[in-house]
Amino acid sequence: MTLLRLSNLEASYGAVRALQGVSMDVAEGAVVAVLGANGAGKSTTLKAISGVVKPTAGEIEFDGKRLNGMTPNQIVRLGIAQVPEGRKIFKDLTVAENLRMGAYARSDKAEISKDLDMILELFPRLSERAKQLGGTLSGGEQQMLAIGRGLMARPRLLLLDEPSLGLAPIIIADIFATLRKINEEKRMTMLVVEQNANIALKNSSFGYVLQVGRVAVEGVAGDLRQNKEVIESYMGA
Amino acid sequence: MFGQLFISGLATGSLYALTAVAVVVVFRNTRTINLAQGDFSMIGAFVALVLIKSFAFNYYFALAGSVVFCIGLGILAERVVMRQIADSDWLTLFTATLGMYYILHGVAGHFWGRDTKAFPLTFDPTPINVFGGIISQGHVVNMAWAAAIGLVLFIFFKYTKQGIAMRAVTDDPETAALMGIPVRFIVLLTWGMAGFLAAFAGVLIAPIIYVSPEMMDEVLIKGYVAAVFGGLYSIPGAIIGALLIGICENLAGGYLGSHFKTVTAFAMIVLLLAFRPHGLFGIQKRREV
Ligand SMILES: Nc1ncnc2c1ncn2[C@@H]1O[C@H](COP(=O)(O)OP(=O)(O)O)[C@@H](O)[C@H]1O
Ligand SMILES: [Mg+2]
Repeated sequence: MTLLRLSNLEASYGAVRALQGVSMDVAEGAVVAVLGANGAGKSTTLKAISGVVKPTAGEIEFDGKRLNGMTPNQIVRLGIAQVPEGRKIFKDLTVAENLRMGAYARSDKAEISKDLDMILELFPRLSERAKQLGGTLSGGEQQMLAIGRGLMARPRLLLLDEPSLGLAPIIIADIFATLRKINEEKRMTMLVVEQNANIALKNSSFGYVLQVGRVAVEGVAGDLRQNKEVIESYMGA
Repeated sequence: MFGQLFISGLATGSLYALTAVAVVVVFRNTRTINLAQGDFSMIGAFVALVLIKSFAFNYYFALAGSVVFCIGLGILAERVVMRQIADSDWLTLFTATLGMYYILHGVAGHFWGRDTKAFPLTFDPTPINVFGGIISQGHVVNMAWAAAIGLVLFIFFKYTKQGIAMRAVTDDPETAALMGIPVRFIVLLTWGMAGFLAAFAGVLIAPIIYVSPEMMDEVLIKGYVAAVFGGLYSIPGAIIGALLIGICENLAGGYLGSHFKTVTAFAMIVLLLAFRPHGLFGIQKRREV
C-alpha cells in the first residue's frame, strides 16, 4: 500500500524553482532513498512534505489525505516527523528537553514515557547525557538525538535529511543499523535523503535520484546500485 | 546608611527586573524591542487604581484584575499589530511598538488625565529593621512579589511543555515549527507573558512613583538597560542587571545627591554598550537578525 504519494510537486524560493514536478511513491513499511547532488531539491522535497515550504503546484498525499495547505503541526499529528539536515538540535535545551519537544504534538503521557524509554535504550549515550545541553554533544550524539527527537513523535513516516552528513564511517554504520532495526521492529516507513548513495542504497528497497528539481532516475535499490549513471555520479570511488 | 540604601535599591531593582525580563522574552522570540512594555504597566496601574477607587475592589482583586487586563493587552498587541508585520525587519517592528507607545500614552491621558495620581498604600508605612537597616515594609513586600514571580517563571520555563517550547522557539523557530510546535501560538503566549509581567511591574511600583501616563518612561529605559546586561537574551543576566541598576542608582542618589540617581542608570548603559555590547556575561547573539 502506498503511504506517501507526491504528484508533480513544484516549489519555489522567489525566482529559484527548487522543485519542478517531482513524483514519488513510498510504500508503507519501506525504506526509500532520495539521492542527488547539492541543490537538487532533496531538502525542499522533505520540507514540502512537512509543510514548512508551501508547494506552488502538485499534490502531497499521506495515507489518503491531502497535505497541501496543512500546518506543520497538523502534519506531525497525522504521523510525519522529520530529522532535519544538519541535525538542528535545540542547543540551549537539554537532551531530555529536546526529546520532549519531539513529542510536542502528542498528549498521551504514558505512551510518551514508554517511547522515551525505548529511545534511551536504543541510544544509551543519550541516557548518560540527558541533563546536558544539546549544543555540547558531539556530531554523532547530536544525530542520535535528532533521530530520537523525531521518533518521539511516534511517526508512521520518518523523514531523514542526510543523517550521515559529517559523521565518521563507523558512526554512520551504527546509525543506519539502528534505523534498520526501527524499520523492521516497528514497521516504521522511512524516506531517507542522502548524498552517500552507497550506504543509502544498501539500506533501502527503492531509490529516487533528483536532478535540478526533477526525478532523473528511479528504481529498485539493487538495480540503482548497478546503474552506470548512478555509480559515476553518486557512488564516488 | 549603606545597608539601607542597598536594600531599598535592591527592592526597586527587583521591580525593574519585571520589565527587563519582559523585554528579553519578547525580543528573543520576536526580534522586537518593545517600547510599549512600560505603557502596558502604566495602563495596568491605572486599571488597578480605577478598580480600587471607583469599584471599591480590595488591593488583591485590583491586582488580579490588572493582570488579566494586561495579559489581554499583550495578546491584543500581538494579534492586531505585531502579527501583521511579523516578517518585517527589526526597524519596522520597533517603529510599530513606538506607535503603540504613543497610542497608549494618548489613551491614558484621554481617559484619566495628564496629572499625577497617588496610589493607595497597601502596607504599613512604619519602617522595619532588616539586617541592621531600616527599610519600609513596602520594599520587603515588593521583593517578595518579584521573587515569587521569578520562581513561577523558572518553573514555567524549566518544567512545563509550553515553557520549554517557548525556549525552543527562541533557539530555532524553523526547527521548532518542524517539530510541530505552533510558533505563532508561542509568540502569542510570549506577548501574554509580557502583559502578565507588565501588570505586576506597574501596580507594584505605583505607590512609589505614582500613576501618570509618563510614569513608566524611565523605568522602561532602566529595564531595557538591564536587558542589555543579559545580551537581550539571558533572563538571569537581565535580572542581575536590573538589581545592579537599582542598587547603583540608589547608592549614587544617597551619597552624591538625588540628581545622580537617574544619571547613574544612563551612565551604566553607555559604559556597558561601549565595553560589553553583547551583555555583561559575554553572551553572543545567537541568531542573525
Ligand atoms: N531558503 C532558501 N532560499 C532560497 N533558495 C533556496 C533556499 N533553500 C534552498 N534554495 C535553493 O533551492 C534549490 C534546492 O535546494 P535544496 O532543496 O536545499 O537542495 P538539496 O537539499 O538537494 O541540496 C537550490 O538551488 C537552493 O539554492
Ligand atoms: Mg539538503
